[in-house]
Amino acid sequence: MAAEKTVILDGAGVRRALTRISHEILERNKGLANVVLIGIRSGGAYLAAEIGDSLAVIEGEKAAVGAVDITLYRDDISGQIPHLPVGKTEIPFSLEGKKVILVDDVLFTGRTIRAAMDALMDHGRPDSIQLAVLIDRGHRELPIRADFVGRNVPTSLKENVQVIFDSENKPVEVILEK
Amino acid sequence: MADFKHKDIIALRDLTKEEIERLLTTAESMREINNRDIKKVPTLRGKTIINLFYEASTRTRTSFEIAGKRLSADTVNITPSSSSATKGETLADTALNLLAMKPDIIVMRHAVSGSHYFLSKKLPSCSIINAGDGTHEHPSQGLLDMLTMKDKFGRLDNLKVAIIGDITHSRVARSNIQGLTKMGSQVFLAGPPTMMPPGAELLGNVTVCCTMKEAIQDADVVMMLRIQQERQGKTLMPNAREYSRYFGLNPENIKLAKPDAMVMHPGPINRGVEMSSYVVDGDQSHVLKQVENGVAVRMAMLYHVCGGELE
Repeated sequence: MAAEKTVILDGAGVRRALTRISHEILERNKGLANVVLIGIRSGGAYLAAEIGDSLAVIEGEKAAVGAVDITLYRDDISGQIPHLPVGKTEIPFSLEGKKVILVDDVLFTGRTIRAAMDALMDHGRPDSIQLAVLIDRGHRELPIRADFVGRNVPTSLKENVQVIFDSENKPVEVILEK
Repeated sequence: MADFKHKDIIALRDLTKEEIERLLTTAESMREINNRDIKKVPTLRGKTIINLFYEASTRTRTSFEIAGKRLSADTVNITPSSSSATKGETLADTALNLLAMKPDIIVMRHAVSGSHYFLSKKLPSCSIINAGDGTHEHPSQGLLDMLTMKDKFGRLDNLKVAIIGDITHSRVARSNIQGLTKMGSQVFLAGPPTMMPPGAELLGNVTVCCTMKEAIQDADVVMMLRIQQERQGKTLMPNAREYSRYFGLNPENIKLAKPDAMVMHPGPINRGVEMSSYVVDGDQSHVLKQVENGVAVRMAMLYHVCGGELE
């Protein structure tokens, strides 16, 4: 099964996109007061760490970074799929009154985001949740929209978009498989 | 890692090393839920779990019940005094009656070894989890013991684990032997000859020791078993004091084990018999940690048997 692969964003492109998202986050929230980053395992968690680093460089202060695993909140878990491994949710701080930037790698149907928001609500009542994604590939099945987008990529349902990470969980490139 | 594809969890003997690792990894992730303010996830919403306990239990039943509730399943408890077993109903009939109420998982404890295999055959549409069957296995206890060891040592291979006490009647010992030897640890058994089953070395890759001293020498883990008076006749030991003298863990003989050795006990503890209170409440005791891990491990078990697409 030799899938046709196209690179839609290379390493430098990913870095620029994340830097721009970081600036937009600062602009929208007027700094980093009460801002926390929560990445969705596993791609989103890696990207949240990258955005965290980039915010620290730009602003000179650090935002708290956490990770959420949504497996237990999936809506397709009931008896249809062999049970997936459950990753660790690590949110070692309170979300009460925080502005949460939820980070994912690829925004597709929106079901992952729905699950992640339910998971976050079980950890407390944040002031707001904003969504940052590296790629928005369309085909939403729920009324969900990203606040910060790295790149909009129109796709067909047969295609697959993947963010590739290296062994140190740094983003390498984004590919489109046909 | 391979997917976990079993409908039932009846014995650790039936699981591969990878499947045990998968259960423990999931349990580690489940632990986070137990430390939140809102201790609930929607995963098993709409599932019904029946806890069918033919033998007395506080810890295991409560732990399974809490585990089910934290995953949003509906849990129902049936205990002997309130069940039809006292009126003479057979296990098969009870099972078929329960099945008519469409449970998704039955968690059972039963005095007859192997009864879960029988139940599983009778109820192909329902998952069966063993919460202890006679003197056969107690897989959730074995898993939570291993998780507690993994927390302390960061690994489960090359540990020297001494299991002391009534091996004959201990399903806890059998599950730990199955699990630990699969993970690559060494198990040493010691107990009075009357409580050591003939051919104990055939239980798996284990070493049977003549004295307690031999077994706990340089051990990483000392696991003490409860004297199961309800299963024994009266003649297995002269009296509790003599047992305690030869096979009890006390501040003196614990020094034979490694200095950072962990002390475990599946509970309930007979203080002053298998362990002195000094050891139960001492720094090396992990008894309460075991109970805490029990909830997470049972959540992992309930979660994984509910998966679909079985082979």
